[in-house]
Amino acid sequence: MSLLSNTAVLLSKELRTEFRSRELLTTTVVFILVVLILFSFAISPTTDESREFGPGLLWLAILFAASLMLQPCFLREQSNDTLSSLRLAVSDPFSIFLAKLIANTVFLLLTELIMLPFFAIFYNVPILPEFHWLILVLFLGSLGVSVAGTALSAISAQARMRELLLPLLLLPLLTPVLVVSATVTVSLFEREPIVKGKGIAFLAVFDVVFLTALWLFGEYLLEE
Amino acid sequence: MTKRIILGAVAILLVIAAAYAAFFIAPEERTMGLIQRIFYFHAATAWAGEMTFFVCFLANLLYVWKRDPRYDWLGVSSAEVGLACITVVLITGPIWAHPVWGIWWTWDARLTSTFVLWLLYVSYLLLRTLVDEPDRRALLSALFGIFAFIDVPLVFFSIRWWRTQHPQPVIMGGSGSGLDPTMSKVFFFSVLAMHMLAAFLIVERYVLEKMKAEVDFLAREVEAQ
Repeated sequence: MSLLSNTAVLLSKELRTEFRSRELLTTTVVFILVVLILFSFAISPTTDESREFGPGLLWLAILFAASLMLQPCFLREQSNDTLSSLRLAVSDPFSIFLAKLIANTVFLLLTELIMLPFFAIFYNVPILPEFHWLILVLFLGSLGVSVAGTALSAISAQARMRELLLPLLLLPLLTPVLVVSATVTVSLFEREPIVKGKGIAFLAVFDVVFLTALWLFGEYLLEE
Repeated sequence: MTKRIILGAVAILLVIAAAYAAFFIAPEERTMGLIQRIFYFHAATAWAGEMTFFVCFLANLLYVWKRDPRYDWLGVSSAEVGLACITVVLITGPIWAHPVWGIWWTWDARLTSTFVLWLLYVSYLLLRTLVDEPDRRALLSALFGIFAFIDVPLVFFSIRWWRTQHPQPVIMGGSGSGLDPTMSKVFFFSVLAMHMLAAFLIVERYVLEKMKAEVDFLAREVEAQ
């Protein structure tokens, strides 16, 4: 029980810190928008091509944005050395991770929801017919990105060159999320139901595997 | 010291014998001809590299559990040797692919996941250079090594199921796959030779890492005085 109540308190702290300034959310939204527009300049796709490649580009933009957005996650705690107080305050250090990764998932999902209409217009894709599935894929994908990203941002925060290090550690690790989410998203726009179930199950497996790993090894990441 | 010399001599002799077997004992493959002989090095090195990364994973787990710096030395040694092996695989692969498939590279499951594997362990070694304090470096890299290793099967299956026409593996694949008996003997001999070579390199690299740690320790002692 204490895990859940601790997590709830820490989560409200994470959300309050962010919604006071909304710095992360606004910068990430603008970043994704810029990347999406630059992509279409770089490859200048036709209508068919943009439907085919759009989801991959969207997910790539999300991954890039996440690798920037997850930076301050543990760095913020370092500036006033609040991490040691957090660790003293909670009985299970996993609740710190859980709160941070839920907060990160919420931030990512919010940015994605804000971006979806723009994406639909610029890349000319029908997002409404399979909207609930799309939300599920976005949720599972963002959860996977946040779980792995939160763990790695705890690592990169303790190293030099951390701004460059986090994307380097995170992006290769997220290859499965990128491959599967992009494929499933394409299949949603093209109405191929075959890929959908298997892909969503795979994303769930990825999330569960990394959540378990974080649960097992998370406390060592926060050692002094 | 003598043990290391013996291990090195055995490894080198085995590699030379494997090279002889690959060129002169193994029969010529019907369609690919001479170039197919690269297979005995390409696939054997891949197996040795994967085994080495498994050793690295075990060393990482043991470090997190026991906090003995020896496991950290083993971790970095096996990661470097594994990376060398996978680099050889990534170089011999295109050399074999170009005459046979007509292209240097294709985004097929095994090629792509090997490349991602290579990238993950490059990140592992890069992370090590960016943390100064030895205990912290050992712990953080061990944890990243664990995350990277459990990611490998996920990478492989995601690409295999969603990105390729997945050709059947030749060895331990389904029915209709398999090697000529002589080819198979030569292949498993090469696998043995490459594993011995990898073991020898890991031991040498481990001794080097141990000396490095001792020198670091002494340097800090001198500084403190």
